[in-house]
Amino acid sequence: MSEFLQQLVNGVTWGSVYALIALGYTMVYGILRLINFAHGDIYMLGAFIGLYTSRFLHAGSAPSPVKAVIVLLTSMVVSALIGVVIERFAYKPVRKSPRLSALITAIGVSLLLENGGVLVFGADPKFFPQLIPSHNIALGLGVTISNQQLIVLVVSLVLMLLLRLLVLHTRVGKAMQAVSHNHMAASLMGISVDRIITFTFMIGSALAAAAGVLVALQSPKIEPYMGIMPGLKAFVAAVLGGIGNIPGAVVGGLVMGVAEVLVTGYVSPTYRDAIAFVLLIVILLVRPAGIFGKAVSEKV
Amino acid sequence: MPVLVLVVLGILNVVLPHALNPYIFQVLILVGINIILAVSLNLVNGFTGQFSIGHAGFMAAGAYGSAMFSLTLGQPAVAALIAAHVPEVLAQGALLLVALLLGGLIAALFGWLVGLPSLRLRGDYLAIVTLGFGEIIRVLILNIEPIGGARGLPGIPRYANFFWVFLGVVTVVAVSRNLAHSTHGRALFAIRDDEIAAEALGVDTTQYKVTAFVIGAFFAGVAGGLFAHYLCYLNPSTFTFLKSIEVIAMVVLGGMGSISGAVLAAVILTLMPEVLRGLKDYRMVIYALMLIVLMITRPQGLLGTRELSWSALFRRRTAAGGRA
Repeated sequence: MSEFLQQLVNGVTWGSVYALIALGYTMVYGILRLINFAHGDIYMLGAFIGLYTSRFLHAGSAPSPVKAVIVLLTSMVVSALIGVVIERFAYKPVRKSPRLSALITAIGVSLLLENGGVLVFGADPKFFPQLIPSHNIALGLGVTISNQQLIVLVVSLVLMLLLRLLVLHTRVGKAMQAVSHNHMAASLMGISVDRIITFTFMIGSALAAAAGVLVALQSPKIEPYMGIMPGLKAFVAAVLGGIGNIPGAVVGGLVMGVAEVLVTGYVSPTYRDAIAFVLLIVILLVRPAGIFGKAVSEKV
Repeated sequence: MPVLVLVVLGILNVVLPHALNPYIFQVLILVGINIILAVSLNLVNGFTGQFSIGHAGFMAAGAYGSAMFSLTLGQPAVAALIAAHVPEVLAQGALLLVALLLGGLIAALFGWLVGLPSLRLRGDYLAIVTLGFGEIIRVLILNIEPIGGARGLPGIPRYANFFWVFLGVVTVVAVSRNLAHSTHGRALFAIRDDEIAAEALGVDTTQYKVTAFVIGAFFAGVAGGLFAHYLCYLNPSTFTFLKSIEVIAMVVLGGMGSISGAVLAAVILTLMPEVLRGLKDYRMVIYALMLIVLMITRPQGLLGTRELSWSALFRRRTAAGGRA
């Protein structure tokens, strides 16, 4: 029992990272109907920007919580800017094109970031400095959680709550909702659709970067291709929850994380990469629009 | 006509290995295999408008299926035939044909399995399910020890050659072309253009969508079989999601639904990384940039939905939007 609870704790931690990445996928999809394949690579960039920031601050040799916060924020801000640049130069020109062309563009951007990453950072894994020394906290019933896991959980929870606040209770959030319903109607109401799209990319990229730094905090090996699999699985998580749906992305991410950790623990680690997709197919066969997705009836 | 094709391919098969250096010849074979993949995916994505991104999975199923056949039953059969004074070329060719058909059928079976959920799913949801199937197939192969697992499957007999690869190319192009001109092809286009309208006109959309998946998967399996019997070694890491993406890029770049476009794009996208090989680390960066620039400048693909044809080369087209 205690082993199961322990797995659950690990799963939820890992799942909250998926959830953070999935949020970016789902928001961009909600607004542009674009699968932003480069999103997983923003997560990679986030980790690398974090690495260089912490080197600059000498955070590895003299760790302090303040430095860790600075590293996280710098990475989020810089990645948000990168997200905006990508949107402006790669996605905006294909916005009116067939959706598959836009998708290929996104794949091109993804390849560019990965291979550009190899050029700039080098192909060999880099070690992320330990910003926060690790120690375990006993939760009772034989379950422990490391302080790093706790930080991952708390930071992602805070970010998700902030996002919820932003989307539901601010003007720009309401504008985002409006744009995701209908571009034309939103622009007739005086909303600058371009600006909202830019803003969405900013938020999504910042969340992915945060996920990158949080992961690097606990498993300190980072390399330019690290974003491919988590990106893919986070996308699956977004689809699981119902793509375009923000709470859905969080639930999808958690389900995915827990399922993966349980399979690794009880079945075999080699099947870990398959479980995401088995889960996906099973859920989509039962609920074709995802857990929280609304079935949209097609209009003639 | 078919006899002529066979003769030309047969002659080229003898001449080319001597005329070209081995590296260029190998690239030519890979171009052929990629053409088969691109044209077969075009049946699903281009003709029917269903968004499949799991083509590498079908290819893997066909590759491993046919390779296992050759390793277990094929090689002894070839030896027996040669012992019975059948010429080696014929014996190997016959067994390869059986292996390819078997690989194709295994892939087609998977295609049918993937096609089934397409009854309920649309657009991106279908895309992600096909992606999932592709990954599941890969992970399964990784975990099955008798077929090599992560180490790969070595020692596959080299039965495939230029003749067989390009016979595959000619077959898939001919099948696609004839399909495009048939009632069934028109039904597929109707589904792509407007599924509801197609259904209202009495097109059995479910049936046609599954059929497109099965045919597309079959040829992907054949391409996989050729790949296995030419390179003589298989590794699950060949059939990742990136391979599927590569094929999709060919279809979209060529122009959705254009057979000649898919062929052209398969040639370009196979040659491009080879031509850029001298640039080392910059190679993939340039490849990625070119992909982005091409999509921005020609979002409808190189040829759009049009086809290249001999007559079009000599006179300007009269009927806009007509199919060659």
